[in-house]
Amino acid sequence: MTDFLLVLASGITAGSSYALMGLAMVIIYKTSGVVNFAQGEMGLISAYITFMMLDYYGFGYLATFFWAFVFALFLGALMEFAILRRAKDPSVLGLMIITIGLEMILLGLVSWKFGADPKDMPFPISPFESIELVENIYISVLEVLTIGVATAVMLILFLFFRFSKLGVAMKAVQQNPMAAKLMGISTNRVLMITWSISSFVGALAALLIAPANMGPFMMWDPLLKGFAAAVMGGMTSLGGAVVGAYIVGIIENFFGTFISIEFKSVVAFSIIVIMLCVKPSGLFGRHYVKKV
Amino acid sequence: MSEILSVHNIETYYDLIYAVRGVSFSLTEGEITTILGTNGAGKSTILKTIMGLIDDQPEKGVIQFEGKKINHKDTEKIVKMGISYVPEGRQVFEELTVMENLQMGAYLRRDRGGINKDIQRIYDYFPILKEREKQWAGTLSGGEQQMLAISRALMSKPKLLFLDEPSLGLSPLLVKEIFEIIKLINQEGVTILLVEQNANMALGIAKKGLILESGRFVLNGSSKELLKNKDVQEFYLGIKTEVATKGYQRWKRKKSWR
Repeated sequence: MTDFLLVLASGITAGSSYALMGLAMVIIYKTSGVVNFAQGEMGLISAYITFMMLDYYGFGYLATFFWAFVFALFLGALMEFAILRRAKDPSVLGLMIITIGLEMILLGLVSWKFGADPKDMPFPISPFESIELVENIYISVLEVLTIGVATAVMLILFLFFRFSKLGVAMKAVQQNPMAAKLMGISTNRVLMITWSISSFVGALAALLIAPANMGPFMMWDPLLKGFAAAVMGGMTSLGGAVVGAYIVGIIENFFGTFISIEFKSVVAFSIIVIMLCVKPSGLFGRHYVKKV
Repeated sequence: MSEILSVHNIETYYDLIYAVRGVSFSLTEGEITTILGTNGAGKSTILKTIMGLIDDQPEKGVIQFEGKKINHKDTEKIVKMGISYVPEGRQVFEELTVMENLQMGAYLRRDRGGINKDIQRIYDYFPILKEREKQWAGTLSGGEQQMLAISRALMSKPKLLFLDEPSLGLSPLLVKEIFEIIKLINQEGVTILLVEQNANMALGIAKKGLILESGRFVLNGSSKELLKNKDVQEFYLGIKTEVATKGYQRWKRKKSWR
């Protein structure tokens, strides 16, 4: 029983960082229909900038995190403005391939500047501090923080897309860019803001992952799992992505513990494939089918 | 009455296709003007060119709105100046509710009280939209979507409204209803440019008409004149004038402008 609860707890905590990545991907998908494969590496850069400020230059935590988030917002806007907007006659597929290219470039930059060896990220909360939930079930403070942040982000985003004018405009841009322009919505600016927000959420995820495991490849796993979670939720549903992330996290950990640790990573891939075959609209996706 | 929009000799290309071949016209404030033409004549292209929806077009010519040049401006800015466009085929936001669609129409406005008042006014025009308020726009019928598209365009309080084939795919009864509303909107002071294939209905409510064929205007005049014109009757209204005693037409009328 303890085993079971322990695995469940680690599944949930793993799920939280996947949830943040999934949310970041859903935001961009919701407005532009593009799956952003550079998401992980954008977060990675933000995490390394934080690391650089803390470790090399000795800034305080507060100032560092503030500037790291400003940087993340700026990075997202820059990606959209400088690269994706320049694409001529953009198709969704073309833009997605651009994001794959960006991912490689950003990864290369980080490895070149900081080296491929793992780093120790200074962080106000040690990843080894933990609290006892139930008897013999420990959960680290960092993990509690991750769960809290993921929940808060999801809630804020949900309210934003549901009730704010800008949030609704973002959905409008995705559904019909031409009509959105005719409403006076500046589609370019909306896309830029989307990328900013998404980059910010990705940076949050990266910063929460970094203290436990920091290296150039640290975001690959969360990106893939976050993508699986987003697919599970139907790509457009924020809640779906979060629930999907927890399901992925839990299934994966049970699979790893009780069946095969070597094939643990395959679980996420299998989930993507199965979901796309069986129910491409996701668990909660209620995509409107166009009348012909 | 003053000119609200003047278009001078514009030419539009879709890559190599020469779609609008030097078109000039002007709209008088407070009037309904209609552009008639067959499929592919370039009617929608003219509207899209004016709205700045076609990149880098018009190739040549000048478009002036209230005396200010608007070619090569961003669509958002043109909308802000007071032109609203109801595109062909409705183009509502399918996965937003009716209410959200209307709110998006008022995206550029900041006066919340005024927006709510206008939404109420639109519900008076189209009571069915109030019933459907919380439904996704994509689940509405074609006629309801057309009503929504027109309402959404009105939410920005335009001075000039472009309507691109509002009768497309609607039953005659609905078309009549929509046209009544168009008349009502015009009476409240909005200048309207109506692009139509349904010449009979369009000339019925418009003050002036223009006839477009393969990218050029071939005829213009007041609606009354156009309704009397033999060519228009034959080719746009489908009135056969010459019936032989044996019951078939002995000769085919040629358009006088060719």
